[in-house]
Amino acid sequence: MDGHKITKVVLLACGSFNPVTNMHLRMFELARDHLEDTGLYRVVKGIISPVGDAYKKKGLIEACHRLEMARLSTENSDWITVDSWESLQPEWVETAKVVRHHYDQLQPAEQTDDDVDTVKYAKKRRAEKPSHRTKRGGPHLMLLCGADVLESFGVPNLWKQDDIAAIVGRYGLVCITRSGSDPHKFIHGSDMLWKYRKNIHVVHEWVTNEISATHVRQSLRRGRSVRYLLPDAVVRYIQEQGLYTAESEQKNADVILAPLQRYSGASTS
Amino acid sequence: MATSRVPLVLLACGSFNPITNQHMRLFELARDHMHSTGQYQVVGGVVSPVSDGYGKQGLVLAKHRVAMAKLALRSSNWVTVDDWESRQPDWTETAVTMRYHYGRILKECKQFTAAHNDDSSGNAVPLSTPSPQLKLLCGADFLESFKIPGLWQEDHVEEVAGRFGLVCVSRGGLEPERAVHESDTLSAHRRNVFHVREWVSNETSATEVRRALRRDLSVKYLIPDSVIEYIHQHNLYTRDSESINEGAVLRPLAKQPVKSLDD
Repeated sequence: MDGHKITKVVLLACGSFNPVTNMHLRMFELARDHLEDTGLYRVVKGIISPVGDAYKKKGLIEACHRLEMARLSTENSDWITVDSWESLQPEWVETAKVVRHHYDQLQPAEQTDDDVDTVKYAKKRRAEKPSHRTKRGGPHLMLLCGADVLESFGVPNLWKQDDIAAIVGRYGLVCITRSGSDPHKFIHGSDMLWKYRKNIHVVHEWVTNEISATHVRQSLRRGRSVRYLLPDAVVRYIQEQGLYTAESEQKNADVILAPLQRYSGASTS
Repeated sequence: MATSRVPLVLLACGSFNPITNQHMRLFELARDHMHSTGQYQVVGGVVSPVSDGYGKQGLVLAKHRVAMAKLALRSSNWVTVDDWESRQPDWTETAVTMRYHYGRILKECKQFTAAHNDDSSGNAVPLSTPSPQLKLLCGADFLESFKIPGLWQEDHVEEVAGRFGLVCVSRGGLEPERAVHESDTLSAHRRNVFHVREWVSNETSATEVRRALRRDLSVKYLIPDSVIEYIHQHNLYTRDSESINEGAVLRPLAKQPVKSLDD
């Protein structure tokens, strides 16, 4: 009998999903293969969590559409799901909070934190010490992202240092490489990331598949085909709803991104 | 009065071993590009899988490659699969395949015209639409293949580039232009070689897909679900299948040059 205990994992991907593309979906598949290949993990669920409109990113269309497209794209998946909690919050929510929310959702009912605004859990308990979170009986939760997100940890005022520490220290990160980025080098160059390097799983994408949503939106504006870059159902939805026009790309053009607005001037601990 | 657009059919020859989303993207990109020149109206696309006689390593049976292509293109309203090339007893030169399809397209066009254009007395009314054209749709690596000694007959390169024309889809960079520049024949017909840029790097190579399948890794979202299902049902793309034709000489390199047959 195998001496290793197999750890159950749920993968959470946060992002604009503006729109969701085949590349986003590939990331889940690659991450699952990679983790299960180690023999230590079993990936039981994937969650797509589109960001709320309050993020104020340029060209970000309404969350209701982004959610529906994500749902259509996962119709044919038996393990990837879409969650609307983040997108329904009135203010932008830090990624670390989203991670914590979903982690708490996954735990057996009687062990939930009391500061999460879910109505399901009536019992209030003291928050447990961070080091015990992974032993609460539920699956591990890891944040799934591209190498660009990892590197965004270095952008001033975009992330709180505490949040980065929580994500890599307490939960875990699965990072899919893109050509032109070297995650290992970036991890090596950050003391905090290097300290928690065992929690950062770097997955090499050998089949370069860099379908950027920005490019997809540009193609749509120019009346070009995006077929086979996105699932057919999503392409149809975009056509039916008339999404992604020159006008939609100008949304939030003169507005500051929510995290930058929130953190600039504030001291990062 | 504006000049009529030339009706255009795009033909893609290749192993399609297996067909991938990237193959289907080539058609979409090429159609958009040729429309945007203002001179063409793309009326059809044809996927023509190579016959087993090609002898390429890892090439699974044509019947499977054709079936997978048909599944993948079920939902397309303009691209179809043609198995003529795959049914030929020996590997068929690209120029010969193009001749076959061009003849077929002309015939269909004449039949369509005859059915729709007779005036009341049964006389054929002359068409104002130009004659349809057939162009070869390919990636940048295909242009590189013209350089490989023994792979192409010179007069075939002339026919493919000169008589028909190429629509070459690639990522940014100057490799396709360089490939044209380095060949006298291609260069002479550079106005008949259309360069389409795919700025999204979407290099889902079938080789990588086969590799992933051998290793039991996911290929979902790289190829259509229906094709994945087919592959599993028929247990294609294993370590054994990759050994097919191992050590064999690629048929075009082995074949004696044949004088061009008249249509």
